[in-house]
Order: sequence, then C-alpha cells, then structure tokens
Amino acid sequence: MLDTLMLSRIQFAANVSFHILFPTLTIALGWFLLFFKVRYDKTGNPVWMRAYRFWVKVFALTFAMGVVSGITMSFQFGTNWPGFMEKVGNIAGPLLGYEVLTAFFLEATFLGIMLFGSKRVPSKVHTFSALMVALGTTFSAFWILSLNSWMQTPAGYEIRDGVVHATDWMKVIFNPSFPYRMIHMLLASGLTAAFFVAGLSAYRILKGDPKQAPRLALKTGLVLAAILAPLQVFVGDLHGLNTFEHQPQKVAAMEGIWETEQGAALRLFAIPDEQARTNHLEITIPKLASLILTHHADGEVPGLNEFGDDHPPVKPLFYGFRIMVGLGVLMLLVAWIGCYNLYRRDQLPGWLLKTTVAMTASGWLATLAGWYVTEVGRQPWLVTGILTTAEAATPVAPANVGLSLTLYLVVYVILLWAYFHTLRVMALKSVKVEEFETKEPNPEGSLTNLSDSKQQPTLESAHGGKA
Amino acid sequence: MSTSAMTAADWLPVVFIGLMGLAVLVYAILDGYDLGVGILLPMRAQDEPQRDTMIASIGPFWDANETWLVLGVGLLLIAFPTAHSLVLTNLYIPTAIMLIGLILRGVSFDFRAKAAVDHKLAWDRTFKGGSLLVSLTQGYMLGQYVMGFDSSWPAQLFSILSAFGVTAAYAYIGGAWLIMKTEGELQERAIRWTRRAGRAAFVGVVAVSAVNPMVNPGVFDRWFDFPLVMFVLLVPIICFFAFIANEILLRRLPKVDDRHCWLPFINVLLVFLMCFTGLAFSFYPEIVPGELNIWQAAAAPESLMFVLVGALIVVPVILIYTIFSYRVFHGKATDLQYH
Repeated sequence: MLDTLMLSRIQFAANVSFHILFPTLTIALGWFLLFFKVRYDKTGNPVWMRAYRFWVKVFALTFAMGVVSGITMSFQFGTNWPGFMEKVGNIAGPLLGYEVLTAFFLEATFLGIMLFGSKRVPSKVHTFSALMVALGTTFSAFWILSLNSWMQTPAGYEIRDGVVHATDWMKVIFNPSFPYRMIHMLLASGLTAAFFVAGLSAYRILKGDPKQAPRLALKTGLVLAAILAPLQVFVGDLHGLNTFEHQPQKVAAMEGIWETEQGAALRLFAIPDEQARTNHLEITIPKLASLILTHHADGEVPGLNEFGDDHPPVKPLFYGFRIMVGLGVLMLLVAWIGCYNLYRRDQLPGWLLKTTVAMTASGWLATLAGWYVTEVGRQPWLVTGILTTAEAATPVAPANVGLSLTLYLVVYVILLWAYFHTLRVMALKSVKVEEFETKEPNPEGSLTNLSDSKQQPTLESAHGGKA
Repeated sequence: MSTSAMTAADWLPVVFIGLMGLAVLVYAILDGYDLGVGILLPMRAQDEPQRDTMIASIGPFWDANETWLVLGVGLLLIAFPTAHSLVLTNLYIPTAIMLIGLILRGVSFDFRAKAAVDHKLAWDRTFKGGSLLVSLTQGYMLGQYVMGFDSSWPAQLFSILSAFGVTAAYAYIGGAWLIMKTEGELQERAIRWTRRAGRAAFVGVVAVSAVNPMVNPGVFDRWFDFPLVMFVLLVPIICFFAFIANEILLRRLPKVDDRHCWLPFINVLLVFLMCFTGLAFSFYPEIVPGELNIWQAAAAPESLMFVLVGALIVVPVILIYTIFSYRVFHGKATDLQYH
C-alpha cells in the first residue's frame, strides 16, 4: 500500500508534468505569434496573417489547458505540501505572488483582446496585445523558475525560529542556478514550439495542403530550431557545470559515476545497479566526462559513494539525462538537414516531412526528461539543505490522496487525447479550406480580394494618404 | 498592541486581508457571472445559436476572471501560509472536485469552438456540468468555512444549503450579465432566468444569514452589539432592498430602446457587495474561524513588504488594462466572434 507521501509525490509529479507541457509551448509560441503579426504588419503579405490565424487558435487551446492545470498547482501547495509553505512560505509566497501579479492577468486579459478583438481594436493595438501576451508568458517563466532554482540552490535567507526568512531579495531571485536554468528553459521552450509548429505544418503539407501558410510556418519553425539547437548545447553545458559546482551528487547520478575518478569516462550506455553500487553493460568514451565537467582530461569527478546514502536515485537521472541529450541531438540533426533542403530545393522530401511530423512532440519529451533529472536529482530534499520532501507532506489520509490522484489521472488522459484529437481536426480542417491566394500574392498589388481584417492596413494607409 | 507605535507586523496583515478580501470579492463577481452563464446554458438542440451567443459574451473575459481566484488563493498563501495549509487540508476533497470542475469548463470552452461538429454538444454539456460542479463545491466550502470545518450532519446540511445558495447567486449574476449583453429572444429568456435565480438566491442568503449568528456565538454578539447594531443592520437592509428593487425592475424589462438593461447587473453587484461585507464583518480579524486570527497566521513582515511594494505598482496597472478590455468589448455580444 502506498503511503500519503508517495501518493502526494505521484500526484504532484502527474499534475506538474501535465501542466508544464502547455506553458513550455505557449512561452515561445507567444513570440512566434508576435513574429507572424509583425511580419504581416511590415510586409502586408497575407500568408503571415493566415499562419497567425491558425496558430493563435492553437495558442488559445494550449493556453486554456495551461491555465486550468496551473490553478490546480496553486492549490496543491496547501492541500498536499503544507510543510512547504510553513517552512519556506516567506520566500515561495512572494515569488509566486509576483508571478500572478505581473504575468497571469497580463496574458489572460490581452489574450481576450487577441482572440475576440480583431474587429474591435486597430491593428496596432492587436499587435501590442500579442506583445503583452508574449511578455506575460515570459514573466511567468521568470518567477516560477526563480522559485524552482531557489529550491535547488537557496541563497539570501536566514532561519529564525525554524522558519526561513529572506535577507536579500536580489540574492533570492538571482540565486546561483537561476540564470542558467532560466535560459536553458527558455531555449527548451523555443525548441518545443519550433518543432510543434514545424511538425503540425508538415502534417498539413503531407495531407495535401497546397497553401503557403503551412510552408511558411514550417520554414520559420525549422530555421528557429536550427539556430536554437546548437545554442542549447552550449547553455546546457554551462548549466551542467553550474550543477556540478552546487549539486555534485546530482551530476554523479546523471553520469553514473560511483567512485571518485580522475579522468572519468563518459558512459554512453549502462545499467546502473544501486544494490551493488556499480554499472552493468557499460559503453564508455574514456576521459570525456572529466573533459566536459572540469575542462581537463584528468579532472576529478566525485562519485556517488562520497555522499553515502544522501544522493538521489540513480536510474531515473541516468536514463532521463540520456533521453534529453539524445532528443536534443536528434532535433539538431533534423533542423539542420531540413534547413539544408529548404536552402537547396525550397522544400522538404517526403521522408523528411514524415520525420518532422514524428518530431512534433520531441520538445515536450526532452523537456519532461530534463525536468525529471533536475527534480528527482534534488531528492531527498524539497529545498536543498533546508526541508526534506517527507517533512513537507500533508497529514491527509492516503485514501483521500488516492481518490484525488485517480480523478486527476482520468481527466488528464481524456484531455490529452482531446487536445491531440482537436489539433488533428484543426489541421485537417485547414487543409480543406479553400482560399483565394494559394499563389504568390503580388506584393505591390491590392489586397481587396482578401477577407476582412486583411483589408485593414489598406484602409488605414488610404486614410493616411488623404490626411 | 500599543497605540503609540504601530509596527509593520501590526498593520501589514490588515492590509493583506484587505487585498485578499478585494481579490475574493472581485473573483465572486467576475467568475460568478461567467460560471452563472455556464449554469444557465440551455441544452436543447434548437438552443445552439443561443449557447454560442451566451458563451461568446464571456469569451474575452473568463481567463482573466479565473485569475482572480489564483490571486485570492495566492494572497492567502503569501500572507497567511499557516491558514492556507489549515483551510486547504480541511477542504481537501471539495477542493479537488472544484479543480476538476474548473479544468473541465475551462478547456471545453476552447474545445467546443474547435471540435468537430458532432462533439460540440458534448463539450457544451461538459461546460455546463463543470460550471455547476465549481459553483456547488465553492458554496459547500463556504458553508464548511462558516461552520468551522465541522463534519457533523447539521453542519453538512448547512453546507449543502450554502452550495445551492451560492449556485443560485452565480446564476443570478450570470442572468443579469446576459440581460446586459444580449438582445431579443435570448434577453427575454435571461430576464426569466434572472428572476427565478434571484428568488432562490434570496432564500439562500436569508438562510445563511440566519444560521450563521445562531451557530457562531461570537458572530451573534458582534452583530447585535448596541449601538453598532443600528449601523451594521444597514447591510442586510440594503441587501434586501436590492433584491426587491431588482424583482420589480425585472418585471418591467425589456424596456423600449433597451433602457436600463444594465441595471439588474448593478443591483446584483450590490447584493454581492452586501453579502461579502456581512461575511467579512462576521469573522474579521479571524482567518480560520475560532482557530487563527490574521496576526497569528501572517507571514514575515519583510516578505509582506516585498510583495506590497510590487502590488501597489502592479494592481493599478491590472485594473487599468482590465477596464480597457471591458471597454473594447462594450455592448451586445451578438457580433462577438472567435478569430
């Protein structure tokens, strides 16, 4: 029988894993939308507007999923982890509060204007709303990652009467691991959205969509991925070095290193064995782990045995890390090969379109794998060195947690299915829609044969001309 | 508390309970009307165009409306962490059910607009069901809160009564919103709905007001403490007259040129404001009735100060762009379309 602690952990993992899918996508998709809208404003090319129309709907759906699953998160602290707020509420509370104040209202309100206001506000206000939504999603990431990083590497606090008090808010917010985690996550979001946009657009093209909007979106997604993927390798390395400095036991588990080694090898594959405290079936590259982590071929990497039992479980970290890095390499390859094909032939061959479709959710998988590594890697601590996960758990009976967990899981499975089903329906619907301008629109020509909102700039410029 | 030197630890909790109260009140009004619209959704096949208009009328707002709940709970968590844990562990199961309801109605709102035609009705049902679930559980939780988380059967009965009362109140404000935002046949239906919901809400408010001072002796003393009683009795009196005025007004609607279509909403606002004032007056400065007051539950002053500085800058900005958004979508919802 599972106890309340384990059930609460499973429930939190389920809720946060479900939740993070949607913000990961919307953080960068907000900037995609702004890009589409600004390109349209600048060039007047209606294809940008059509790409915007399609993706703003995806954004709205994804955002709604993020909002409702996020509300669940804000209640979880009280229902399942009362010890967390009682011990570190003085830090966690204000950071969460700033997230609500600076981000949630901003994105929710201006999204309403983006979705329903295109006939009620001037085009410029519409673009401004898109900017506010993109800023809102990014502010939200800023505060929540600041709090998460503080839980990993606490700073700027003191403990009085057994409760944590802030002494220096700048040190709390910009704690040692925050800048690295923040940039790593923003890039992850960029890659997730890039492959999502590219994948769904490739799906439309494969289903016989002759229009230009999916081709433009596919190109935007692949070019962005081709730029962000190598950047992510670089930033990921910096983040790893930061973790190595502050949480060496996490890195030891990620690398599967049991004994402290000089010139540690990189384990490409292995089966870690926690009972025997060794690995089976290792495939290694000599000295590479030391080279990556210390930038010296013979640098010392502390092993798990240095930490006694006070280290996280090894298997989830070891495999999670490899899944994340493997997917990252795959994303880099697909993006570069895709861009090469776009450059040479202006289109993708069938097999590459299919590969891109298969990669649609690759960003989600890599992000989840990465978060499992860093969160499981903090165990047994909830807040490193201050509060263990067990100390924070709720006194509620296991049966109650079991019931709520079951409810959430059933709802989440249905919703994920509905989400993907709806995306597919939307994509197929958009394939069938006949539009005037499947040919190259004349850049100088009139836009009068286009539907309503696309006329707006022409009208505006006409007014401008008269004035 | 010495009178000469009010320290930050004395006044900060008061400021924060005020902010939290504001967030809860704004939430009850704003999400109240959009939950109400969900509860009132007519489900016959021929009602589909009316369902579209009703949902369009709340379309641009519901996301932001729900954010006030996050702010309210957030402020409880920020300012009174001990109370936050105490309240939410006591209300564990109703909270979980409410969250499921919020999830279902939030997503069905978006799914219905994009799903294949054959699934639209299913999502509309989910929207209505989710809205009902949220209203009922919120009312139940209010009842439990007033009864000090008592699990005896009279307390349960009272909480169930409160669940129906709050649901009726949300339907009341939702109906009034529709009178303001719609026209023609739908508006006439909304007027009928509002009258019915108003009567049910009236019964609920009277019942809660009568039971509350009876079971909580502290509340009784507070309300009937002479000479303050002369002043505080204004609250139920204003509330009563707002109900009556609305009943009379609703009989005469719709008027020529749609005059006074916004007035029912103002009347319901007044009802909500008075009910909230009454509850706040009953319990302040207790945050968990009978167990914790705001000073015992408060977070550290330096944390509250840090948030207060931000809130003073950001909250006015939020209010400004919220008002801007309501101005953009001013008028009837008939031509509102999802783009």
